[in-house]
Amino acid sequence: MPTREEVRQAVFDAIRSVAPETDTATLRGDRPLREQVEIDSFDFMRMLVFLHERLGVDVPEGAYGQLATVEATVDYLLGRLTAG
Amino acid sequence: MPTLGADMTRGTLVEWHVKPGDAVAKGQVVCTVETDKGAVEVECWEPGTVARLVAEPMQSLEVGAPLAFLAQGGETVADVAKATERMAAPAPSAAAAQPAVTPAPAPAPPSAPPPPEAHVRASPAARRRAEELGIALATVAQRKPGHAVSIADVERAAAERTAAPSSAPSSAPSSAGAPAAAASIPADRQVAMRHAIASAMARSKREIPHYYLGTEILLERASAWLETRNAGVGVADRVLLAAVQVKAVARAVHETPELNGFYRDGTFIPGSGVHVGIAVALRGGGLIAPALHEADTLPLAELMRRMADLIERARRERLRGAELTDATITITNLGDLGVETVFGVISPPQVALVGFGRVVRKPAVVGDAVVAARVVHATLSADHRVSDGMRGARFLAALDRLLQSPEALA
Repeated sequence: MPTREEVRQAVFDAIRSVAPETDTATLRGDRPLREQVEIDSFDFMRMLVFLHERLGVDVPEGAYGQLATVEATVDYLLGRLTAG
Repeated sequence: MPTLGADMTRGTLVEWHVKPGDAVAKGQVVCTVETDKGAVEVECWEPGTVARLVAEPMQSLEVGAPLAFLAQGGETVADVAKATERMAAPAPSAAAAQPAVTPAPAPAPPSAPPPPEAHVRASPAARRRAEELGIALATVAQRKPGHAVSIADVERAAAERTAAPSSAPSSAPSSAGAPAAAASIPADRQVAMRHAIASAMARSKREIPHYYLGTEILLERASAWLETRNAGVGVADRVLLAAVQVKAVARAVHETPELNGFYRDGTFIPGSGVHVGIAVALRGGGLIAPALHEADTLPLAELMRRMADLIERARRERLRGAELTDATITITNLGDLGVETVFGVISPPQVALVGFGRVVRKPAVVGDAVVAARVVHATLSADHRVSDGMRGARFLAALDRLLQSPEALA
């Protein structure tokens, strides 16, 4: 079971995998990610594939709305990991 | 040196991926070339065995100059290498070997050849090439009395012309040629790309009399169908609406083929196949629209995979030469950026561009009821020299109809 910090790191790595120029240290975790990083729907899908490979969580399409910010994404992933 | 875009005049060889003696297949990537639009992987147009590499890494070459020679059929590598050595001499004899990495197949012949050179016997494609390269046909013809000048003759002449002045390899460029993993485009490349875009778009607006049409398309059915489809598969196998839109556009041009192809020398040349240019915004600025080949025939899942791969390679500067030149119609999708409507600028020599905006929920009239429904603005920018508003309208109507039966696009 990864820690919150490890899950957050995985999210940062996913962001950098599609937008390598991103300085994740300056990202506001409580603000919509798409307002801070240029991510299109293809990038978003690649991030989800990355997170699936890293954490084993396959995010269904219906849950995309819960992944607007970094912290919301961490919450969602932790919830799924806890639920087993 | 192939032409990798309408306005490309020179390219720099970055690196070879083959060496003399290697067998190469048609379509195999043989080298990487740097252009204003970034690094491009160049494919070989014919099978054979590499006999001699002519271009040196970091050498800048004019379009049409030979990069390498292939041995083909019964030829041996040694023979071709020897024969082509003589071709560097001022007055070469006609050698059997063809330039191995040739530019994209010449477009259809112009209807009226330029008068000054009209007395010279030459194929229309050779004339056009000579004009592009600034080669006097008469001087080429003198070398082969009694024979018609071929495109290979013209290119050979152009290569010799450039061989001398550019024999000294340019000093190593500041940025390493071979791009690593996904990264932002360096600043100097961005300037060059801005320049390339400016040139192509200025040409478009100067030469192409655009007409613009737009319509709102109900996407409720397509979105619902896609949601059901995607619910049953893992994230890596899901299909985005953008891919469905590409398939619908590729199918819709079957009904209006005059929107799919090129306008060259006063003539419309229908595309051989529907190769959809996908406008990709690059990180740090700039834009490129590589071709998704045969988009009308690809199963949707495969189209999605290839589209995702194309976008990723565009951003990593791993596109193939054919992908930069083959697009017969372009799609720009600014939906992710929040705009509702985009009226695009046609990318010459293409004759049409289709724009999609953001999918929004709006009150829509369905039957006799007003319901909240997902809709998208689809637009068409088309070349009035080739088609009229009536035909453009028919295209958008076909696009709308196709998107109402998404299962038929699978």
